Amino acid sequence: MDPWRNFTEGYWQSEIDVREFIQLNYSPYEGDESFLPGPTKRTKKLWEKTTVLLDEENKKGGTLNIDTNTISTITSHEPGHIDKDLEVIVGLQTDEPLKRAIMPFGGIRMVKNACDAYGYKLETEVEKIFTEYRKTHNQGVFDAYTPEIRRARKAGIITGLPDAYGRGRIIGDYRRVALYGVDRLIQEKKRQLGLLETAWMEDEIIRQREETTEQIKALEALKEMAGSYGFDISQPAKNAFEAVQWTYFAFLGAVKEQNGAAMSLGRVSTFLDIYMERDIAEGTLTEVEAQELIDHFVIKLRLVRFLRTPEYNELFSGDPTWVTEAIGGMTLDGRTLVTKTSFRFLHTLTNLGPAPEPNMTVLWSLALPENFKKYCARMSIATSSIQYENDDIMRPMWGDDYSIACCVSAMRTGKQMQFFGARANLAKALLYAVNGGRDEQLGLQVTPHFAPITSEYLDFDEVMEKFDEVMEWLARTYINALNIIHYMHDKYSYEALEMALHDMDILRTMACGIAGLSVVVDSLSAIKYARVKPIRNEAGLAVDFEIEGDFPMFGNNDERVDDLATFLVESFMRKLRKQKTYRNSKPTLSILTITSNVVYGKKTGNTPDGRKAGDPFAPGANPMHGRDKKGAIASLSSVAKLPYRYAEDGISYTFSIVPKALGRDKEARVNNLVAMMDGYFHKKGHHMNVNVFERETLLDAMEHPEKYPQLTIRVSGYAVNFVKLTREQQEDVIKRTFFEGI
Amino acid sequence: MLLSAPSLKGSEDMDIKGRIHSVETMGTVDGPGIRYVIFMQGCPLRCIYCHNRDSWDPRGGREITVDELVEDINKYLVFIKGSGGGVTATGGEPLMQPEFVRELFFRVREMGLNTAVDTSGFIDIDRAKKLLEVTDLVLLSIKHVVEERHREITGVGTRKIISFLDYLREIDKPLWIRYLIIPGYTDDPEDLNRLAMMLRDYNNIELVDILPYHDMGAYKWEELGYDYPLKGVAVPTKQDMEKAKAVFRRYGLPMG
Repeated sequence: MDPWRNFTEGYWQSEIDVREFIQLNYSPYEGDESFLPGPTKRTKKLWEKTTVLLDEENKKGGTLNIDTNTISTITSHEPGHIDKDLEVIVGLQTDEPLKRAIMPFGGIRMVKNACDAYGYKLETEVEKIFTEYRKTHNQGVFDAYTPEIRRARKAGIITGLPDAYGRGRIIGDYRRVALYGVDRLIQEKKRQLGLLETAWMEDEIIRQREETTEQIKALEALKEMAGSYGFDISQPAKNAFEAVQWTYFAFLGAVKEQNGAAMSLGRVSTFLDIYMERDIAEGTLTEVEAQELIDHFVIKLRLVRFLRTPEYNELFSGDPTWVTEAIGGMTLDGRTLVTKTSFRFLHTLTNLGPAPEPNMTVLWSLALPENFKKYCARMSIATSSIQYENDDIMRPMWGDDYSIACCVSAMRTGKQMQFFGARANLAKALLYAVNGGRDEQLGLQVTPHFAPITSEYLDFDEVMEKFDEVMEWLARTYINALNIIHYMHDKYSYEALEMALHDMDILRTMACGIAGLSVVVDSLSAIKYARVKPIRNEAGLAVDFEIEGDFPMFGNNDERVDDLATFLVESFMRKLRKQKTYRNSKPTLSILTITSNVVYGKKTGNTPDGRKAGDPFAPGANPMHGRDKKGAIASLSSVAKLPYRYAEDGISYTFSIVPKALGRDKEARVNNLVAMMDGYFHKKGHHMNVNVFERETLLDAMEHPEKYPQLTIRVSGYAVNFVKLTREQQEDVIKRTFFEGI
Repeated sequence: MLLSAPSLKGSEDMDIKGRIHSVETMGTVDGPGIRYVIFMQGCPLRCIYCHNRDSWDPRGGREITVDELVEDINKYLVFIKGSGGGVTATGGEPLMQPEFVRELFFRVREMGLNTAVDTSGFIDIDRAKKLLEVTDLVLLSIKHVVEERHREITGVGTRKIISFLDYLREIDKPLWIRYLIIPGYTDDPEDLNRLAMMLRDYNNIELVDILPYHDMGAYKWEELGYDYPLKGVAVPTKQDMEKAKAVFRRYGLPMG
């Protein structure tokens, strides 16, 4: 049977071009959700079995089992199943569901510590190999770090760096395996290798030749792994089932090979819809079977696990994997990319109940079909499991086949990757400006020495001048650290399979980030519009601040302070653009904290906005809680002003509201939520997490976690099972602005 | 005043000023859609359960011009219009500043938005007529149906309020009624029956909202140095609320 039968012909047949295939073959859907069927008996049974395992995992403190002696590769483990007779889509990372694999190429210490933390013992032989014979990414980085970078890291002005764990945030174009089959992809990579036979062998060419060869090996391994489950994926998928299964195998290969911080799926739903529509037209697939395929696919995506340490969990809590799937959006020629399978993906939240993974990300456009907008709003209100990103501002920059890595990072699928760079603590940088570069908590001189501010009251211009210098230093030190990290990651822990599913020449971004935006902005506003008096300790360090008078605060749609936020973002981004980056990557910036806003706050002293030492920052680009006094729409409007062009890696805003503050009845709530998102994205807001629930529910879940195994809540850029958060983080979530109306 | 302006024209006095307590950009219960809600400063009633105790004093709050408010509302047009929402003046008592609110509503309507006033109805009707010409919806909070009880709870009688209600019927103004259930104060079944029976005669009523008392405004009394008069009064249970609502349903009133 011709796998490409009945498809519209095009350039995609002679070249690898999934986007063109989609554009020529997909069927937009503007109807409502009434076609969606419930789960099949088989799905229900399978999900029941899975929830038993998930419960066990929870009871065991978050990790069900660890394979402590098999170094994970694409082919390392025997096939695993939840239940062979019930599964429609097969494949697990290891030979048993939820059994975590060890991936020591990123760093052996992390693996050992994680095993220890959960009461397991890492195989001595493995530890020996990766200590004595095989260097890891982590070791490479620390061999090269400068004393300056170490100081910055120790003080926590730059933190969360992927120097001890996999960087992630690379998305293979997993659809290619389904559309072309692996053999064709190998053939293409071999052709590329031929292009790299240049007259002079120099660094970049040598590296590319080595990498391409690694990619070819990874593709061969992928075939072998699928073969162990009884499938030959050397050829293109012939029907919807195979399309889903092949795509999943490709993704599975990636999560067997790499323990990346975020292992996103990409943008598969509309691609898969083409196969579903063809099968339905040919009479070989029913609506119920179509949904079943997606339900089973999603069950597998919900089971992706990585072995991580408790410290890691402090930064990125709730065991996230960021299996992000981008849904919807528009084409460049104005058609909606919403298909029935976009609905089917979201419908898994109904059929299987809410869940944090896969990280459902709706690409919102004002031009999306009204039916789809309303369906999304209804699902958000019911499950709090969806995030929204502005397709109307991303499409002009990234085209109409970009995916979202992790939380908010857009990248052209298969044509672009990023060097993940965590984030710098700008609130601390401001304190350094006041204290001559000495850390307010450690007393350590972190930056090169410069004169601290000694005046009785802080003068805005003087602070800005010094702050500018600190940011200059910070941008340089930060990029230097990232250059080292990614050099070593490429060298010791290369993502061969993910990169095999990319074009030969790709755009690389150096994805920097900032934390503490609203703290800094409010601090600067206090210094400018009120009077701020530093309180200094015996060592002359400003350790507290007295504020006299009122000042405008970020989140009230007040230009006086919102302009400071814009200025700050633009200014730091310009400094990053000046730096020389590894592999000529393009520096970008995110305003995203994930859950690290809690840890960052812990490590930062009193700030001039009145925030107390140790108090959490607001997440992402959120205004500080309780300071946005004009209500949600004013708050959204402030955040929407932050310039995406200067924060191309994404601007995260988390919105939480109690149902009754969203409207009088169900219909009004849906209507108001749609209008709110249309308004926010019209104003060029970039990203929004939507949480709708009662504060009491969360309080009850803190006391009785067993009652809420699937309670999902969106935090900065991803979703978590609320009960998996640390108590501290739970408290932060509850304390944070909940719009409760009047 | 034969030469006075016809009803739907803005005032000559563009600098007209009002006193407001605060604004909320995402009101969703005081009328349809997303609403820009303005809390006016000053109130003639002295409700013992008031949850905006700080809005009583007519000299409190801050002064603002219609232009300033309109400029601010303009920033949220896309949200408000997209939801079929509008602007709601509440308080405090918006009818204490009828000229200001009228001018504001006139301008708001020009922006294509819907207008609502949330009031206790305690006003001389002649002072409110012009404002009502530019008001699309009235939200009327009825505190009690029995004259003496009303005085006990609010410090004022019901006469003006009934006249206001009658006038709204006369001009067929869309009306939402609100009634708060405070256990031991406003939940007597007989009183509820009387109220429901009375409301049945007003066919301009689109919605009757029976709401549970809450004590979330208590802290404001204490902040201002007053004792909270309803200290210790329990909030109504779900059953209390269902019982009360059932009364109104029996009379065929449109319930929210």
